[in-house]
Amino acid sequence: MSEVITDSFALVGRQMRHIKRMPEQLIGLTILPVAFVVVFGYLFGSAMKVPGGQSYQEYIMAGIFAQVMLSTISTTAVGVAGDLSNGIVDRFRSLPISRTSVLLGRTMSDATLCTWSCAVMAVVGYGIGWRAHEGVLKTLAAFALLVLMGFTLSWFGALLGLVLRSPETVSAMSSIIVMPLAFLSNAFIPLDGLPYWLRTIAEWNPLSTVVSACRELFGNGTGATSDALPAQYPIPGAILLLGLMLAIFIPLASRAYQKAAAAR
Amino acid sequence: MTEPAVSAEGLSKKYGDFQALQDVNLSVPAGTVLGLLGPNGAGKTTTVRILATLLTPDAGQATVAGQDVLRKPAEVRKRIGLTGQYAAVDARLTGRENIELIGVLLHLGRKAAKVRAAELLEQFELTDAADKLAKNYSGGMRRRLDLAASLVSRPPVLFLDEPTTGLDLTSRMTLWRMVKEQVDSGVTVLLTTQYLEEADQLANRVAVIDKGRLIAEGTPDELKRRVGGDRLEVSVTDTSDLAVVTTALASLSAEQPTVDQDSRTASIALSGGIKAIASISAELEAAGVEPLDFAVRRSSMDDVFLALTGHSSAASDDGDPQQQDLNANEKEAQSV
Ligand SMILES: Nc1ncnc2c1ncn2[C@@H]1O[C@H](COP(=O)(O)OP(=O)(O)OP(=O)(O)O)[C@@H](O)[C@H]1O
Ligand SMILES: [Mg+2]
Repeated sequence: MSEVITDSFALVGRQMRHIKRMPEQLIGLTILPVAFVVVFGYLFGSAMKVPGGQSYQEYIMAGIFAQVMLSTISTTAVGVAGDLSNGIVDRFRSLPISRTSVLLGRTMSDATLCTWSCAVMAVVGYGIGWRAHEGVLKTLAAFALLVLMGFTLSWFGALLGLVLRSPETVSAMSSIIVMPLAFLSNAFIPLDGLPYWLRTIAEWNPLSTVVSACRELFGNGTGATSDALPAQYPIPGAILLLGLMLAIFIPLASRAYQKAAAAR
Repeated sequence: MTEPAVSAEGLSKKYGDFQALQDVNLSVPAGTVLGLLGPNGAGKTTTVRILATLLTPDAGQATVAGQDVLRKPAEVRKRIGLTGQYAAVDARLTGRENIELIGVLLHLGRKAAKVRAAELLEQFELTDAADKLAKNYSGGMRRRLDLAASLVSRPPVLFLDEPTTGLDLTSRMTLWRMVKEQVDSGVTVLLTTQYLEEADQLANRVAVIDKGRLIAEGTPDELKRRVGGDRLEVSVTDTSDLAVVTTALASLSAEQPTVDQDSRTASIALSGGIKAIASISAELEAAGVEPLDFAVRRSSMDDVFLALTGHSSAASDDGDPQQQDLNANEKEAQSV
């Protein structure tokens, strides 16, 4: 077990070196969150009103945070597919190192990048007037939940990369997968206007649950809630849903890794 | 006799409906080099991936360094080095970082990993480029780095999948020398190649594979004898000179030279090496014949395939009739 940890950290080191060598990647990881906060938070935030009179700007910030975490899917998927196509996965698989370490190294470093994005967004958000009202601990808990979501989605991305295999296919497919997750959620719009069935789906979307949990932890107002379970208990709901997803994606990704072969 | 370092029995693999490997048997005695020779799509990479525990065969069994590939893959991985067909280096790390990372992942400890990396970089003549990013390496340097990375744990068995494909002659010869050094230090090597010359340079024995089946096995010399070996080929401008050339060439061998009137070319199997070439050249000069072309044509993969299967390796991409043809020839090849 301790070997899994040291191996994973060695591989996190590898990823951090990549970023040092390709600062443009870090710029990307900074610009996207900043743009999201400015465009959605500031421009839309000032133009729209939420029923109940609360500020849309506060309402939308948790949605923006979560939205940016979604991009981890393609970050990890493209990275894993890249390692697959240039033979690095074959090299690792021919070494006596545990299968989990390789994927854990990847997902942990991508979760680290999530932490960075969150920090950037928090600062810019503060700049445009967003505030958390529930104290430091709850605020940190909200960010921890967001990073946990990034980590979970990163495992999903790893699975996607190993199954789709070519980096090109991966880039094309991941946006198709991310789209419904992103928009069939409460990230940008309150759900009470939706038809009942659509609203139920959106409320069971893990993204919505995490967003609701963050709104609660930030004290940003959760908007109208329905009787769907995850909407009523967003914090335990989010932890449970993410845990469940990890319990599914980790073994699936590890199995895909075990059989991984580059696309031909 | 000790047990072979690599042995495989009845390996078969299908991709979907496509039979990529059928009933392949291999045996590599410890400390020797087996060259697996075959054209594109023959099943070389498939074989290597099965032996290196990356791919599960549909049928058959294999042991590597005394460990069962299917039942004890983790034990096998402790004892092998793999250099895949495409250099598996991390382009965004330096050469040194690439090797150190492997050392750390093998639990040598950071310090020992650094020492081992320096040692390997020196051995593979990469010390000067050690701290450059691998993406700036030439093809030959990448291959050397890849080879170094596969040797961090000093594995007793090494798999090399087309180690020099795409390299220029100088880089190829450097790599050959480095592989030979490994063999001299007792490493067992299974290498795949599309070049007869490479098998000749490195391998003690050669197994020829085509369309997933082994079609011949033997020492490089046996194989070349079957193919006819290198040929000396002389072309002239005048038809009248062709007779002189033919007579000169005839003195080299009991066999009659092959003459092509249209291209005014005569050729013969070359057995005497450089001396024979010199004597023919002197003879032609004395007779006042100025050859248009005077060349040693090395036996190529195609010659091997032509001799073993009756069709060239390129033509082997065609359909079924040739598959039967191949089966017939396979029996013939094995009875030799
Ligand atoms: N994952 C796969 N899916 C489908 N077909 C495959 C797969 N891998 C290999 N093949 C096919 O199986 C055959 C053998 O492939 P293999 O890679 O072992 O050949 P090879 O001898 O290494 O060829 P090359 O010289 O081109 O590397 C080829 O016809 C190839 O197209
Ligand atoms: Mg191959």
